Amino acid sequence: MAHLPVLVPVAYLLASFLSVLGGLWRDRLGYGIALGGAAAAALVSLWGLLLVLRQGTVHSFLGGWPPPIGIEYVLDPLAAFLASLVSALGVVALVYARPSVAREAPEKALLFYPVALLLLAGLTGIVVTGDLFNLFVFLEIASLAAYALLATGKGLSPLAAFRYLILGTIGGSFYLLAVGFLYFTTGSLNMADVAERLPPLYESRAVLAAAVFTVVGLGLKMALFPLHLWLPDAYTYAPSAVTGLIAPVMTKVMAYALIRILLGVFGLTYGVEVVPLLPVIGWLAMGGVLVGSVMAIAQTDVRRMLAYSSVAQVALVALGVALANPLGLVGGLLHILNHAFMKGCLFLVAGGVYYRAGVWGVAQYAGLGRRMPWTMGAFTLAALAMIGIPPTAGFFSKWYLVLGGIDAGHWPAVGVVLASTLLTAAYFFRVLEGVYTREPVPEVAAVGGSEPPLGMLVPTWVLGGGVLLLGLGNVLIVGRVLEQVARDLVGG
Amino acid sequence: MLTRHPSPVVTTVARLLAPLIALFALYVVAHGHYSPGGGFQGGVLLAASTLLLRLALGEKDSAPAFPPSLALPMAVTGVLLYTVTGVVPLFLGGGYLDYARLPWPGAPAPLLRYFGILVVEVGVALAVWGTMVAIFDRLARGEG
Amino acid sequence: MGEELLGRYPYFLTALLLVVGLYGMLGKRNLLKKLIGMTVFQTAIFLFFIQGATKQGATLPILDPRWGTDPARYINPLPHVLILTAIVVAVAITGVSFALVLTIYRSHGTLDEEAILEQGRKR
Repeated sequence: MAHLPVLVPVAYLLASFLSVLGGLWRDRLGYGIALGGAAAAALVSLWGLLLVLRQGTVHSFLGGWPPPIGIEYVLDPLAAFLASLVSALGVVALVYARPSVAREAPEKALLFYPVALLLLAGLTGIVVTGDLFNLFVFLEIASLAAYALLATGKGLSPLAAFRYLILGTIGGSFYLLAVGFLYFTTGSLNMADVAERLPPLYESRAVLAAAVFTVVGLGLKMALFPLHLWLPDAYTYAPSAVTGLIAPVMTKVMAYALIRILLGVFGLTYGVEVVPLLPVIGWLAMGGVLVGSVMAIAQTDVRRMLAYSSVAQVALVALGVALANPLGLVGGLLHILNHAFMKGCLFLVAGGVYYRAGVWGVAQYAGLGRRMPWTMGAFTLAALAMIGIPPTAGFFSKWYLVLGGIDAGHWPAVGVVLASTLLTAAYFFRVLEGVYTREPVPEVAAVGGSEPPLGMLVPTWVLGGGVLLLGLGNVLIVGRVLEQVARDLVGG
Repeated sequence: MLTRHPSPVVTTVARLLAPLIALFALYVVAHGHYSPGGGFQGGVLLAASTLLLRLALGEKDSAPAFPPSLALPMAVTGVLLYTVTGVVPLFLGGGYLDYARLPWPGAPAPLLRYFGILVVEVGVALAVWGTMVAIFDRLARGEG
Repeated sequence: MGEELLGRYPYFLTALLLVVGLYGMLGKRNLLKKLIGMTVFQTAIFLFFIQGATKQGATLPILDPRWGTDPARYINPLPHVLILTAIVVAVAITGVSFALVLTIYRSHGTLDEEAILEQGRKR
């Protein structure tokens, strides 16, 4: 099926527009089409993954025009892996969204699902495209959908979304500038083509400008320290269904874009020998891990705590990339997968707690262990994974990162990964202690607080259980998929 | 709620100009693939003609020319037109947006490509027109 | 060195616009001023692309019977097409940002970033 790569974003686009039309006609029809479209896209992505693992990379040309003239879509193991991840999470988030949005932002329900589908279209488009400019278009589609979705909450939500819009637009525009420099020096927009033409031009200042703009631009989009300032506010004030959709996947897809361009187009030698880009990213990443984790400890609002934690996690992914060896990259990629499930589960739990108990504060989570055993069970599982306790998934990604650090002889990196484990334990145990050993605060006791509805509980446990399964099955994932990817990008 | 402009000079000139702008817009759309112009530019011009009427005549009096409720469905239809034109070739053995494989009997490939892009440009124009008017209407009503 | 700079003066003007736009976006407190800055910033990037597409002594990229299909005679149309798409993206961003500004104004009563944050923290 030579045209598979294109189908994924196209499926989301079609579903999005049909969902708007359907929703205008009958309320439930809009949701039904959205869920159906997301499920179809997920199935196509998974099929694509199996296909690519068996047969090798699939290329598709838009309009029948071959590269380098035309726009090419490439489904290689990395792309298939990420597309499957994003689309699977999309389905989970959409199922969760129905009751959650009804509770937190009922008036936005009509347009929520189409915009969410547009976000998924943009994200999967970024993943499967092989054209530099096409990536920009999908980048902005995803970002626009995210700005709109993040603004649907109450209080400071629109302002947080606005600030994200400003910073995100700078990021996207810097990336566009980088594409311009690359086009003017190499004459092509096709990623593979530019990768071939670039080495003789390594010394050029235009290429240097392109590289720097790419790193800063995508760094803004992925909230790499110190360009992460938009993230805490944006994730805190948005409705839970929105953070449940965006937090696990958005910054990771941006990290993928950075990996694809820095390692796949510029090449490993450029980032290490010609210009010390990867080491710089490494130091920024280490800063991000420490700052993010420390800030998380200081938070009183669970969502804000999780947001700072996300800054730290994306920084861990960046650290894996910056180590520039296969083990480190495997660690980073595995962490993309793991964090999506862990953080997704955590945000879904937060939404579930709000649904029944109406609270966001860490102190107010006291005593919920008895009232909401299932929800808190998932939270505990995800928290243990975030800290990195075997056999949960989180342990394995940190394990590979540490191995990568040792392999590169980079002891500060190893130290930072280990420190993050301790710091993460600090902010999660604070919550867990209250949940299991204390009595509920008056406002929670008064409201009641039983388990959230199945529509929210099931997705939460799909992710929570997934955390355990991913950990147990990590040998399979690393062996079959990630090792090949890492070898392709950074040699072995 | 936008109200009608008090001066009859403004309203009359607007009513005369709007169809002319729309006509020019159609010209721009049709010539996009061959000379300066295209779907987006034409769509913006079409939106400009509608918005001129909105501003001069107010929401109520300009509604017969373009009811506000039409905007969003029009935009979606435009995009669907584009997307369907892209997807149909997939079922007939070509790639996405491979106009050469569109099901029109007896036409040679270059001609099909020529018309394929025209259909897409029309879709884009509709989408842009609908979206611009929808955004304007929402903002003017203060809904955001 | 001086000749290099003089020959490239359009790029310097573009860079100046870029910086002005950036300052507007990040340095100003009023939300609308930030948006104006964003527009200037994006326009600067478009100008950069268009400048890169020009060639000495070349004309518009529409087939002219005098020059036939010699590429050196026509300016490069590809960056123009890219920028067209980028303009559409910028329009969409502007649309969304206006909707956001409207929502913010209706719930906070001001367009000053600092004032809004004050309100939010107090609640």
